[in-house]
Amino acid sequence: MLTLECPYCGVMADETELSPGYEAHLKRYGPGSSDEEFEAYMFARKNPKGVHFERWRHAYGCGKWFLAARDTATLEVFGTYPAQSSAPPQELQDKIKAKRPDWKGYK
Amino acid sequence: MKRYSAFAIAREALSNHMGWERAWAAPQPKASYDAIIIGAGGHGLATAYYLGKNFGITNVAILEKGWLGGGNTGRNTTIIRSNYLQDSSAAIYEKARSLYETLSQDLNYNAMFSPRGVMMLAQTHHEVRGYQRTAHANALQGVVTEFISPQRVKELCPILNIDGPRYPVLGALWQARGGTGRHDAVAWGYARACSAMGMDIIQNCEVKGITSANGVVTGVETTKGYIGTKKIGIVVAGHSGQVADMAGFRLPVEAVALQALVSEPIKPCMDVVVMANTVHGYMSQSDKGEMVIGGGTDGFNNFTQRGSFHHIEETLRALIETFPIISRLKMLRQWGGIVDMTGDRSPIISKTPVGNCFINCGWGTGGFKAIPGSGWAMAELMAKGEPGPLAAEFDMWRFKEGRFIDESVAAGVAH
Repeated sequence: MLTLECPYCGVMADETELSPGYEAHLKRYGPGSSDEEFEAYMFARKNPKGVHFERWRHAYGCGKWFLAARDTATLEVFGTYPAQSSAPPQELQDKIKAKRPDWKGYK
Repeated sequence: MKRYSAFAIAREALSNHMGWERAWAAPQPKASYDAIIIGAGGHGLATAYYLGKNFGITNVAILEKGWLGGGNTGRNTTIIRSNYLQDSSAAIYEKARSLYETLSQDLNYNAMFSPRGVMMLAQTHHEVRGYQRTAHANALQGVVTEFISPQRVKELCPILNIDGPRYPVLGALWQARGGTGRHDAVAWGYARACSAMGMDIIQNCEVKGITSANGVVTGVETTKGYIGTKKIGIVVAGHSGQVADMAGFRLPVEAVALQALVSEPIKPCMDVVVMANTVHGYMSQSDKGEMVIGGGTDGFNNFTQRGSFHHIEETLRALIETFPIISRLKMLRQWGGIVDMTGDRSPIISKTPVGNCFINCGWGTGGFKAIPGSGWAMAELMAKGEPGPLAAEFDMWRFKEGRFIDESVAAGVAH
């Protein structure tokens, strides 16, 4: 079972306390964008076998959305951070890079 | 290939069964082929088989990273049905179901198709309306289904509790010609037939890269060296995105874990397949007596072939309410598979941005039932370079153009 630390209330929350929200840091496209941009926003997901950034909600706790870095091939959790982040914190990226030297980096 | 028959058993009995030949060969890869199928699961092997049978293309290699049929083909709950709402879904799943009916004779290998009937319980008024609509749609599509009463449900499956406290059974969508098959035998049967046609099934051969020139594929880099080819079919389920990446295009799929489990074997107690989509669990009884149980997918991207325990708990909670007699059963085995989910929960059988590179993926949680139809449609696409009527609607550009085959709305759950 996954255990993620909620960055708002500090609780180490089991997966049963959380709701998954899939890929984080999606750029939203709407009217005026190209078909390709809108399709990518709606349907193209990163789906990496390895380091992944995703949204979670502390649904049965404080109710807040937050973001997490996780390895989809091992289920290892690297860390969590507030939803009000346009990119993963540099500190977290450095930590992931140290653990996964082959990781190509965020974006 | 020596044919299997009652006579063959008698003949081999006289020689202490020492004369049986290998079901399929274990060759080393040749320098090049007319077509390469990546993935020797059910869909990949069926694609190769119908390439040979329907189009006479037999200079084919089927490359498999692990062992034959060791992915989702060996990990599903073996349910076969075609009671879909959308016309294009009904067409391909019904094609598959009808091919399953004669698959054992066709392959000369017992695929143990058992048309025991599949019922999908309606446990809310919304579901009643939804399944009645599906039954009407199926009538127009030529798929034989009917909406049946709770009393008929009880007759067909006496162990079902139709008066549950939360979700009493209000009826069911019944497909009498649906059922189950032997999942390993489907892979083995296709493999044997492909090998007999002279195709090379190469196991433990992982594709590491796809090469192309002027936008057209030329070959694959593998753990057993470079293999040239004129055409590639990518049929790898959970790792579709990774292999598409090697070819240089993106797919609208996400990989999640889907779990299943079986109980200890018990005496025969149900001879139909029951799916309860509101509480989200489904169950049938295998020929060995095990109750074969499945539920919903886990909720996050996952490549580990194992899922979260609480999803099993949810599935069993739902099924104990539906089938009170299983409450004391011990569960024997549990496993997970990695399924590739698309945005509309329908598969992709499509040309790709790379020339002569074709993809068959996105079967999500319901691939086993589709294996023969999927292979049939994919073989036509690979042989002709253009999709036939079965595959035409399932191209990968439908997401951009808004032509969804929206079974996720139709089913309300993974299907």
